[in-house]
Amino acid sequence: MNKGLVVGLVLVLVAVGSVVFHFLSPWWWTPLASNWGYIDDMIIITFWITGVVFVAIILFMAYCVFRYSHKEGRRAAYEPENKKMEWWLTGLTTVGVVGMLAPGVLVWGQFITVPEEASVIEVVGQQWQWSFRYPGKDGVLGTSDPQNISFENPFGLNPNDPNGQDDILIEGDDLHLPLDRPVKVLLRSKDVLHDFYVPQFRAKMDMVPGMVTYFWFTPTRVGTFEILCAELCGVGHYAMRGYVVVEEESAYQEWLQEQPTFAQLSGEARNGTGDVLNPVLSEAAADSAERGSVQ
Amino acid sequence: MPTVKLGLIVFLAVVTVVFSLLVAAYTHRMTLADWRPLPEPWLLWPNTAILILSSVGLQWARVAANRGRIDGVRVGLLAGGGFAFAFLAGQLLAWQQLAALGYFAATNPANAFFYLITALHGLHLLGGLVAWGRTTAKMWRGSEVAELRLSVELCAVYWHFLLLVWLVLFGLLLFT
Amino acid sequence: MAFFVPTEAEHVAPAEVADVELYHPKSWWTRYIFCQDAKVIAIQYAITAGAIGLVALVLSWLMRLQLGFPDSFSFIDPGDYLQFITMHGMIMVIYLLTALFLGGFGNYLIPLMVGARDMVFPYVNMLSYWVYLLAVLVLVASFFVPGGPTGAGWTLYPPQAILSGTPGAEWGIILMLVSLALFIVGFTMGGLNYVVTVLQARTRGMTLLRMPLTVWGIFVATILALLAFPALFVGAVMMLLDRILETSFFMPAIVEMGEQLNYAGGNPLLFQHLFWFFGHPEVYIVALPGFGIVSDLISTHARRNIFGYRMMVWAIVAIGALSFLVWAHHMYVSGMNPWFGFFFATTTLVIAVPTAIKVYNWVLTLWRGDIHLTLPMLFAIAFIVTFVNGGITGLFLGNPVVDVPLSDTMFVVAHFHMVMGVAPILVIFGAIYHWYPLVTGRMLNETLGKFHFWVTFLGAYLIYFPMHYLGFLGVPRRYFEMGETDFIPQSAQTLNEFITVVALIVGFAQLVFLFNLVWSAYKGRVSGRNPWRATTLEWQTPDFPPRHGNWGPTQPVVYRWAYDYSVPGADQDFLPQNLAPDQVTADNRHKDLPDGAVQPAE
Repeated sequence: MNKGLVVGLVLVLVAVGSVVFHFLSPWWWTPLASNWGYIDDMIIITFWITGVVFVAIILFMAYCVFRYSHKEGRRAAYEPENKKMEWWLTGLTTVGVVGMLAPGVLVWGQFITVPEEASVIEVVGQQWQWSFRYPGKDGVLGTSDPQNISFENPFGLNPNDPNGQDDILIEGDDLHLPLDRPVKVLLRSKDVLHDFYVPQFRAKMDMVPGMVTYFWFTPTRVGTFEILCAELCGVGHYAMRGYVVVEEESAYQEWLQEQPTFAQLSGEARNGTGDVLNPVLSEAAADSAERGSVQ
Repeated sequence: MPTVKLGLIVFLAVVTVVFSLLVAAYTHRMTLADWRPLPEPWLLWPNTAILILSSVGLQWARVAANRGRIDGVRVGLLAGGGFAFAFLAGQLLAWQQLAALGYFAATNPANAFFYLITALHGLHLLGGLVAWGRTTAKMWRGSEVAELRLSVELCAVYWHFLLLVWLVLFGLLLFT
Repeated sequence: MAFFVPTEAEHVAPAEVADVELYHPKSWWTRYIFCQDAKVIAIQYAITAGAIGLVALVLSWLMRLQLGFPDSFSFIDPGDYLQFITMHGMIMVIYLLTALFLGGFGNYLIPLMVGARDMVFPYVNMLSYWVYLLAVLVLVASFFVPGGPTGAGWTLYPPQAILSGTPGAEWGIILMLVSLALFIVGFTMGGLNYVVTVLQARTRGMTLLRMPLTVWGIFVATILALLAFPALFVGAVMMLLDRILETSFFMPAIVEMGEQLNYAGGNPLLFQHLFWFFGHPEVYIVALPGFGIVSDLISTHARRNIFGYRMMVWAIVAIGALSFLVWAHHMYVSGMNPWFGFFFATTTLVIAVPTAIKVYNWVLTLWRGDIHLTLPMLFAIAFIVTFVNGGITGLFLGNPVVDVPLSDTMFVVAHFHMVMGVAPILVIFGAIYHWYPLVTGRMLNETLGKFHFWVTFLGAYLIYFPMHYLGFLGVPRRYFEMGETDFIPQSAQTLNEFITVVALIVGFAQLVFLFNLVWSAYKGRVSGRNPWRATTLEWQTPDFPPRHGNWGPTQPVVYRWAYDYSVPGADQDFLPQNLAPDQVTADNRHKDLPDGAVQPAE
């Protein structure tokens, strides 16, 4: 059989197969649970623009391979340049690029602009677990410093900062968030890079020791969502999990009331009656930490 | 342009990038709140003067080589090399002064940068001294001035470059 | 008839070459081991890169076994897994691709293609290889030290890279950083050669705008590497000091497992900036030589001039320049000042334009060509498919909002494997099938080659195309196993199994290729000189395969660009660059042709 035909057909198969796979794939993003529908829209726009280009290029190449495959007596055209065609193609590409860039930067502008009414919470990462802090009644998070971190004060809060006394501390338990209220998530790490990642929320951001980073979103769906770590943080990386519970305002408030404040916990710790607050490694992570090397 | 000279220029471009990145990292680090500059050892002043003399020596050799005067080349090369060794010794003494005052590399970031920057600069000068040594050896074996001219010129260019780098780095350390 | 008619002004004086006597090595040692012939150095580079690349290939099998069948291999624990991915990535990117494209193809092709006798500093060039070999050995040594090699991920982000929660924090990371620093020193020695050779050692008539695109690609990539590697060098030295002397360049105050460490005040993001200031140009260090080589393969095997040559050159230069302005698109979710996102999104998407132009011009070169579907051509076509695919997913990740959900997922893994793993490797294969006869005088076996091609191309596509969708789903990269995760269906694990099986098959096909390389060197069909009837100078040497010194007593004179294929009026469908204008037609040619230098083999 004609070689050009075979190779051309395979190329067509690659292009068509990719498109068919795309539409039939059972693997697609998880149902959205935040306000970031725009991000999904941007992915769709990008898919259309780039998908058309991909298919067009591959199909054109398939045509060329089929049509101009070597035959006895064929001679290639000699045409070093075609300025007009090159400028047209450059122009069209630029239009396509602008079509992705323009909405992209608009949405990025929203992504980094936190609404005024957003409430603040803090997520603290360490190898290999998550902890959470709410500002408490005064609505202000107390200051913290890594040098304050100790067995009794795992968040490293400044014991002399009045703003911190009513901060609510959650260790070894789930994060709860009220439905439909924008939340600014402050991110802090005690040791290495981590990344607070809940696929259903789309948004994520690295946590960097020595810095406070942030992102914001509004939960829009009640449910329990798994938190993963999305920045390599050592042998326990894959097992660094947690849960976010998104619930109605009333249920959220009820839960919040039951949680201990910094003042309560440090009082208990002084009296020696508090729960043990040391980091609880997940079993797998602890196990791997022991074995963690080739030799 | 002689091929070797172009090679040297390309190499100097690479070295420029190395030191530029260090300067960028240094100035970036300076802007953070807990920056505590370290006192520059007074020895750096005479060291700088010595490095300038070293450069002058090689320039002397270069001019003499262009004029075909072997005695000038000899004086210039030896002076240049001698002062370069003196500079390196001086830098080591400056390190000692700092360490004696308790400024170790790990004590704070400004110290770490100081040690890193001076060490890298010194290593580059040491590399230059290898080329200088080869040129001097060639001279000793009685090569003609014409055969030496290019090597001497390359050494001089490299020395001026390292002097310039040092002045920039020293200025940076002084004014911050 | 020639496209660029030479004028006196365009002539470049050839660099002064020492006595040709230099090119007759005296002993076996100086001929094969401590050899200063760029061609031998190229082979040394290629063999070393290939050998260490095999290690990386085996590591990829191990990691795929773990991902495909998470509970079946008790000898792989999470720490091992991280070591596999780290060493696999580092070896493939630096020690295989960079070394092979620049040290291998650069050394072999630059002097031949520009009509030089050798690199301009042969001794430094030889040292370059030996330092590279030392770097490789230090890297290999890290497999045998207590704690094993580093498992910090190929990006080596601190603080994690030097803390005890990461495997290899004792010795592995130190050896890794030392090895990188050595590699950079060695590369700089070679890189000086490539740049100065292109600038100064071109033969008479070889103007810059007559150089084959292969040389352009390698030349610009070398400049990028010379300017980008210092960033990695500085970063590596600083991290080494952080690890050994406990300085705090990258290390803030840290509480590790409840214990206060002696660090304070450093900034982890500084390393990321340094790393990616190197790391993004690195992508183009691997891509640009590929672009150049594939242009020449397509042109030669489609018997047609490369379409829009000058645009192609400018695109290479533009991509090279822009590649220094896009590094922070790897850091959209790193916690850096988010306002940088606007700038880096724009530069990143702008770089898509010259890149797209290159793709169009390759395809337009096929259009109205006379396409010979040889193995090099097949690999070139496969390169275009995978490169376009991988480039397009780059437009997803270059747009910060799209990057936010996709960063650090399998989408990223699929993207960069497609665009800087599969695509460059396909070019390398195409290039090896193309230039193997030049090196050995024999053709690679066609049947084995076809098998190798189809399995590699379709297999690689089947591995990486579906992998993007695991990323959409939200599967993070660098995970030892997913375990029970709510949002991940069982079918995702089935897909992982499928990918693993295909990966093993593709891996096997590479062994067939290796066999072909060795077998054909002895038993392959004798190629004759210039089997592809190419115009470029490397096929026009007086001795075939070319000997040390390349050109015998006189260097060639170049009269035309590298793409005079199917020129109207000429009676054969290619005009070698050194074919004098008065010999273009048959009537004139027979008079004083150097024996066989321009005659096709068949």
